[in-house]
Amino acid sequence: MGELKLPPIDYGALAPMLILFGVACVGVLVEVLVPRKSRNVVQLALTLLGVVAAFVVLVINRDIRVVTIGGAVAIDGPTIFLQGAILVLGAMSLLLIGERQVEAGGAFVAQAAVVVGSEKDNRQSVSQPGLTEVFPLTAFALGGMLLFVAANDLLTMFVALEVFSLPLYLLCALARRRRLLSQEAALKYFLLGSYASAFFLFGIALLYGFAGGVQLSVIHEAVAAPQRSELLLYGGLALVAIGLLFKSALAPFHVWTPDVYQGAPTPITAFMAACTKVAAFGALLRVLYVAFEGVRWDFQPVLGTIAALTMLTGAILAVTQTDMKRLLAYSSIANAGYLMVGVLALSEDGLSSTMFYLVAYGFAVLAAFAIVSLVRDSDGEATHLSRWAGIGRKSPLLAGVFTFILLAFAGIPLTSGFTAKFAVFGAAVEGGQTWLVIFGVVTSMLIAFPYLRVVVLMWLSEPGESTPAVSIPGFLTSVALGVGVVVTVALGVVPAPLIDLTREASQFIR
Amino acid sequence: MTDFPFLSVLTLLPLAGAISVACIPRARAELAKLVALGWSLVVLALSIVMWVAFTVDSQDRFQFHEKYAWIPSWNANFTFAADGIALVMLMLIAVLFPVVILASWHDVDQSRRSAPTYFALLLAFEFTMIGVFAAADIFLFYVFFEVMLIPMYFIIGSFGSGQKQYAAVKFFLYSLVGGLFMLAAMIGLWVIGGHTFDFAALVEAGKSFDQDTARWLFLGFFVAFAIKAPFFPFHTWLPDSGGAAPAGAAALLVGVMDKVGTFGILRYCLPLFPEASRWFAPAALVLAVVGIIYAALLAVGQNDLKRLVSYTSIAHFGFIGIGIFAFTTQGGTGSVLYMVNHGLATGLLFIVVGMFVARRGSSLVSDFGGAGKLVPGLAGVLFFAGLASLALPGTAPFVSEFLVLLGTFSTHKPYAVIATVGIVLAAAYVLWMIQRTTQGTLNPVLDEVPAMKKDLSLREKVVVAPLILLLLVLGFYPKPVTDVINPAVQATLQDVGTQDPTPTAVADGKAGR
Repeated sequence: MGELKLPPIDYGALAPMLILFGVACVGVLVEVLVPRKSRNVVQLALTLLGVVAAFVVLVINRDIRVVTIGGAVAIDGPTIFLQGAILVLGAMSLLLIGERQVEAGGAFVAQAAVVVGSEKDNRQSVSQPGLTEVFPLTAFALGGMLLFVAANDLLTMFVALEVFSLPLYLLCALARRRRLLSQEAALKYFLLGSYASAFFLFGIALLYGFAGGVQLSVIHEAVAAPQRSELLLYGGLALVAIGLLFKSALAPFHVWTPDVYQGAPTPITAFMAACTKVAAFGALLRVLYVAFEGVRWDFQPVLGTIAALTMLTGAILAVTQTDMKRLLAYSSIANAGYLMVGVLALSEDGLSSTMFYLVAYGFAVLAAFAIVSLVRDSDGEATHLSRWAGIGRKSPLLAGVFTFILLAFAGIPLTSGFTAKFAVFGAAVEGGQTWLVIFGVVTSMLIAFPYLRVVVLMWLSEPGESTPAVSIPGFLTSVALGVGVVVTVALGVVPAPLIDLTREASQFIR
Repeated sequence: MTDFPFLSVLTLLPLAGAISVACIPRARAELAKLVALGWSLVVLALSIVMWVAFTVDSQDRFQFHEKYAWIPSWNANFTFAADGIALVMLMLIAVLFPVVILASWHDVDQSRRSAPTYFALLLAFEFTMIGVFAAADIFLFYVFFEVMLIPMYFIIGSFGSGQKQYAAVKFFLYSLVGGLFMLAAMIGLWVIGGHTFDFAALVEAGKSFDQDTARWLFLGFFVAFAIKAPFFPFHTWLPDSGGAAPAGAAALLVGVMDKVGTFGILRYCLPLFPEASRWFAPAALVLAVVGIIYAALLAVGQNDLKRLVSYTSIAHFGFIGIGIFAFTTQGGTGSVLYMVNHGLATGLLFIVVGMFVARRGSSLVSDFGGAGKLVPGLAGVLFFAGLASLALPGTAPFVSEFLVLLGTFSTHKPYAVIATVGIVLAAAYVLWMIQRTTQGTLNPVLDEVPAMKKDLSLREKVVVAPLILLLLVLGFYPKPVTDVINPAVQATLQDVGTQDPTPTAVADGKAGR
């Protein structure tokens, strides 16, 4: 029996992920060792520190280009950029998750196992501090996302997918209010997510059969010079794509999104809308650009149809929504469509513009959900649209900020939404996908209507009796909201630095 | 002196003004009004200096060039430059805004909305307006083109009357739809034009565009501008917006903002896509002529004063349209002059109507009747504004309307002949409106409205005087303006590559021989 030789491991390049997984493990210990009263502060500080440390290491590592651990992980420009984006957006999500001032005890349930509606449940919803396990769970999810965008073989990618998905399933179920809705959302997400994972795994198997390996570079070579039936290739590609499209919430694999976004605790919704999107599109970009570039003419029309369908579905269904979180969910679906337009440019411009879009959208959507978490009454958040009537009269600053974010979603110039849309549409026209751009423009018109309706509701409608009070944001939410808005302005007015950054980072290695 | 960065300073002044006015607390409304007026007067002063500094006989069509890097990786810059067309439009803006601010002095007093916000929005709107005319980079132009919706949206939605929410949303969506078509076309232009937004470079690149592509791109831009102008059949948002907006804002809406559409066609559609412009010209002419007749007929039937004025201005935009697409120097110059005169005349008309509406508390024609007996001065101004609007000889619009018809007649006789019917209809809608509101027996209800007994106040006299003066002066001596416009129009037509039957030949009756 031959001696088992360890492949060389570049620990420095892997450090950000290792730090986050380490922090997550320490976080679990903190749950046991630290008294309940101070856990929230300790956990928040620990996790934030971990994220910041990981980000610092990432910045130090920014010039590393290496494929390590036997080809399982590739650290290259897109990896580092996307990991950085996930970490920054993750830190902002953590601020929202750690907020305890807006609602006594925070947005999370104190004991998830208590029967909904029981006396104990009523008691805990009023006074008891929320679970702090959410912090290690978030750290695990973040670590998994970092690995997901760096994974250079499909098996590692699958493991990373599970590592970041499982904590998310759990986090979705932990809302303090409307717990049945939250649990239903989690179950739905878990079941559908498992199906998607199964598809993904089956696809890996087929591709292994086709290429004789799971590394993206091996698949790339096999695509260039096929040895076996191409049925395996196309079947495998389709199934792997389904897994990724599910996570990116592209139609027709988007149906979970509105329910989950609505049911999950709002900070978690924000986390999913910002970070999961980055991770999912990061992996999609890598798989398509690195492994399947050789069959681009085959998948481009199919994925193009999916992108068009996604934009259309998101835009049309957003018009009919009456719940703010669901509206934002459909908006995020439409945005996934726009992102896909950028992906399908299949060029360096496509890559860089998609990355730009991910960051721009992430900040805007975090700010949007931060505001949703502030509009509340004694029963928790007031997410029904009718409750937002006349909010501009009561709290002009908040309504002004939200208006600005909505204008950014609508793609009005001087917001990040416009520069981002311009970037992806420009790349797509260049990549010969003009028809997708026309779809994008038409759906942008459609989806402007629901945004505008909210603006009208906030400013031009008279406040009703049921218009809820707007909570004064706690320090953490203020920071997250402030950063989100400032970045949305900055990327709209002076986008050049970030564009340059994405361009420098737009080179995959195999 | 020409080294002074006129255009960027001119653009930024109202923005600074808007911010400063927005910072004034709500309780100090009078201060906010004064500050807003002050800023708009500073803008006016600077524009006058710029007008003087503009060299009429220069070889350079574009003057006051400025260029600052913005997004290098897309090659988008803050490029400013003005030709004669842009210059007269900037001048119009600079004149109209102080007048409108003064005219809107008491508009917000009765409402529960904040006065500083209203005047800050007006200045913000001036910022976007100046920017859109001063930009010489298509990306920058587009940014202003879209952003200008936002202040106007809130002005209509928050400070308007009647169905203001509906009107505001309709206005925003219509314009946004046009804007997005233009966005798609702009991206296409950027990609095939060699990754530049610079106007001059694109005109150069435009000569080698593929014919079909150029036509599609033209259409993208044209739809955006046709909605903005608005041309028939994209006009339905204007009567709603004009009817719902406060009178001062409505004057700006039709007086200045709608000119962006016709200006855009002249500045961007024609030079960038000359072949496509010629190809689409018959269709555009038909739309314009239909607009003239159709909108005039609708104006005759209106019972709401503000909607009526909105319809008249759609008819006027038809005239501007035929002047542009006739591709003659006279037609083109006439159109640009029309844009200026229409801004003055319709602006005045809207402002005077606003004064009536503010007194009566209603904008319905049927709520008036014989008002001239109570407020003879105001009725006189309305009469003058009406006559200017129907292009009576001696008032400025006559010159432009005549030039447009003359220019059109030399190349497109049938259109000119049909358009002339519009003049007759114009007389009908204006005179009938005046007859029903100010002439005849006094409506007894008016006697019971105390405000209806106050004739022009000093403030109102100051508001209408400059506009009346300008309309008369330009009616008799339009040369200073036409001298500025002419070279730019000729350069535009040269870009389009159409033969101009020389004006003397037309005058001699030897056209085409």
